[in-house]
Amino acid sequence: MEPILTLRKVGFRYGASWAVKGVDLEVYPGEMLGILGPNGSGKTTLLKILDGMLLPHEGEVFVRGKSMVTLKRGDVARAVAMVAQENFFRFDFSVLEVVLMGRFPHLGRLQFERDKDLKIAVNALRATHAMELSERSIHELSGGEKQRVLLARALAQEPGAILLDEPTSFLDLKYKKEIFDLIASLTREKELSVVIVSHDIDLVSQYCHRIVMLKNGSVHLTGTPDQIITAASIEAVYECAVLVDRNLMTGKPRVSLKP
Amino acid sequence: MNNDLPHKPPLTPGRVFRLSLVMALVLVLVGAASLLLGTAEVSFGKFMALVSGSLDADDPARLILLKIRLPRIILAGLAGFSLALGGVVFQALLRNPLADPFILGVSSGSAFGAIIGILLGFTFSVGIPLMSFAGAVLTVYLVLALGTRKMGMESSTILLTGVILNAFFTAVIMFFISIVADSRLHTMLFWLYGDLSQSRYASLIILTPALIVTSVILFSFAKELNLITTGEEIALQLGVDVEKAKKTCLVLVSLVIGLVVSFSGLIGFVGLIVPHLARMAFGSDHRLLIPVASLGGATFLIAADTLARLVISPSELPVGVVTAFLGAPFFLYLLRVRGSQWSRS
Repeated sequence: MEPILTLRKVGFRYGASWAVKGVDLEVYPGEMLGILGPNGSGKTTLLKILDGMLLPHEGEVFVRGKSMVTLKRGDVARAVAMVAQENFFRFDFSVLEVVLMGRFPHLGRLQFERDKDLKIAVNALRATHAMELSERSIHELSGGEKQRVLLARALAQEPGAILLDEPTSFLDLKYKKEIFDLIASLTREKELSVVIVSHDIDLVSQYCHRIVMLKNGSVHLTGTPDQIITAASIEAVYECAVLVDRNLMTGKPRVSLKP
Repeated sequence: MNNDLPHKPPLTPGRVFRLSLVMALVLVLVGAASLLLGTAEVSFGKFMALVSGSLDADDPARLILLKIRLPRIILAGLAGFSLALGGVVFQALLRNPLADPFILGVSSGSAFGAIIGILLGFTFSVGIPLMSFAGAVLTVYLVLALGTRKMGMESSTILLTGVILNAFFTAVIMFFISIVADSRLHTMLFWLYGDLSQSRYASLIILTPALIVTSVILFSFAKELNLITTGEEIALQLGVDVEKAKKTCLVLVSLVIGLVVSFSGLIGFVGLIVPHLARMAFGSDHRLLIPVASLGGATFLIAADTLARLVISPSELPVGVVTAFLGAPFFLYLLRVRGSQWSRS
């Protein structure tokens, strides 16, 4: 299977200090990939490199086999969608208008959204259980509702991969589960690749097929949750003592801080 | 299928066309009313005779309507159109609903350029508008360079930078007017507050095609502007070539403002009031906002100039005084009532 995104020996620096260094990574269709690592380990930088927002100083990025530097922004937006951590709408738009913005890379310069685009937007809203919000103002939504709408916008882009930067950091327990369930079902049903940057090790362990653990901008370990989430690796990367046991319901590794 | 599903996209070309047509009709009606009103009485009969072509060639009403009032009304329309268009585009690019060509200092920067042009002996047909355009571009550059922090644009810093530049350029203009004993500059004092009374068909012939071309190009960037209002990084992620869109729009808006200022002087707040009302009425989609706000700006400035001609008749006010009387309280109201929701950068 051809990977949707490929990183080859990628390095990126801010000034003289390398934020990401020597990273090799492939993202395959239908997989849910978690990126873990402490603050400053290069998670968000890596995500921005995958989206072409940052061009690496070393190495190369490929989108469906094509080098990122040869692609236009529109080409990238048709292949990769990003749900950023911060979204602030200065001006008022309805939810449906926001989701239709996802159709931008598919439309010509003077072209308005066609009935087909509306259908795609409506399906995206349905998939994220946000259809009932479609007429509401984006300003009126709660954090969880807004996250679902932005996920719908990303789906409306019809990308091969969706990148999520801390998708649940402002959400309570119920919405966290809802968003992760949603993402998991999307990867299953639509052959979509999802890359999630998160601080929530337990959630990533439960939902992701594969995990990349970053330390100081380099890949410390990569593999399945069972391989990656061990007391030794967590202690090495996060520099704090933990106990790793199994979640009784899912059998996945579970992390507890040692008192 | 569920019944409450939307059957049509929220914005269609038909809707843009229909609402623009309505705004254009209002504009024509207000323009016609403005033509009828003035210090000299012109009867409705004479007006209708002129429209139907049966008015005598040497009737004084002909001179008043066609040579005095009509060019002035057309200039008011073009200036209002440009200033509102400039307001809409600046607000989108800077993600700040309080941005306006006047507040940002772009208008006074243009006037500064124009006055340098006058001092250098340029003509109003090419040299002065070009200098005015250069002044506008320079100001936009300064506002962005001085008002932008490393983290990105901060709304209040940008606005403050504009306000300071505005004060500075106004002072420079006053300085030139004071030291140069030149009859050409005497009209400039009046011009500082916006003056539409000097309108000539010759200048309208330069202004009109330039405005049509730039507004069509700006309209073609409407979807990009929608996305840029939600954040430059997000626009980039959704496939917008942000640098290209920003540069093109800023240069075109500077051109439009530069041209208008060189013919009409400094008219403030049109680009603030009209886009704001248009947003309240029609939403934030720039494919609709650009045409309706521009046409609304034309209507607004024609009405304001008619007021300027009438309130102290037979004497006249500069139209900039009227727009400032309306605009300054409006600005303060927006800052007070809506300020908190806009305080984030």
